[in-house]
Amino acid sequence: MAASGAEVATVALRRVDPSARGSLVEVLERAGCTLLPNTAGCFTARDAVTTAQLAREAFETDWVKLEVIGDERNLLPDPTELLEAAETLVADGFSVLPYTNDDPILATRLEDAGCAAVMPLGSPIGSGMGIRNPYNLRMILERARVPVILDAGIGTPSDATVAMEMGCAGVLMATAVARAEDPVRMARAMALAVEAGSLAHGAGRIPRRLYAEASTSFEGIPELT
Amino acid sequence: MRVTLNGEPRELPDRASVAEAVSAAGGQPGGRGLAVAVDGEVVPRGRWTAVELGDGQSVEVLHAVQGG
Repeated sequence: MAASGAEVATVALRRVDPSARGSLVEVLERAGCTLLPNTAGCFTARDAVTTAQLAREAFETDWVKLEVIGDERNLLPDPTELLEAAETLVADGFSVLPYTNDDPILATRLEDAGCAAVMPLGSPIGSGMGIRNPYNLRMILERARVPVILDAGIGTPSDATVAMEMGCAGVLMATAVARAEDPVRMARAMALAVEAGSLAHGAGRIPRRLYAEASTSFEGIPELT
Repeated sequence: MRVTLNGEPRELPDRASVAEAVSAAGGQPGGRGLAVAVDGEVVPRGRWTAVELGDGQSVEVLHAVQGG
């Protein structure tokens, strides 16, 4: 966590394991991380709402990363259950950060429902396939009035840089760092990648051109033959 | 009485409180980062000692894990 510079850590809720030693929450809080409980593993709006309410009790925060999965194999969000859960949780006072498909219409619907951010996937969770539909992500970014956070799919630092260059407010990742051969080194690489992309977004990139444009003017060129 | 505690059948004293169930599950009742549902309903931390369980109820005692 220190190497990545991450300010927020998402945690899931599972049954207490009597054999577990130490407290994940205490470790994260010592590292200065803000906790973002999630509803990972929920397949219905009802389960996600109950899990969010349990997380609020456990961690004393109104923040929730809302995940409502529609399929065990691809772990893609279930759009109708997701929207229903988001509406319920917003009405219950939560700051809802939904993990969503890279669908500009659904992103708008979630924003209209009162979500604090929208978190489209770049590609399926843990796939490391990067941003498969930058065109959709661009439309989400252009329309959104809340922060857009890329959630899922990052495989390597250049994926994170692209997301930030495009205008994302942040990125979420787990597998790309945790399953790297050297996680601490990869975490540091991700921190640099996010910073580079963020700076580049602010700096404004040059337009793409089909043909070359000389960086030196032809004016003043000597005649040598 | 018999309850289901984190998916396992368990014997608890009659009218045992939610706090006792938390201890039986291996959680520290005062510990942060714990949450309890009884029959799918959230029991707020402030009510753990007051709420009594009944025979046959299902209790989930949850804590934070990495991921998601």
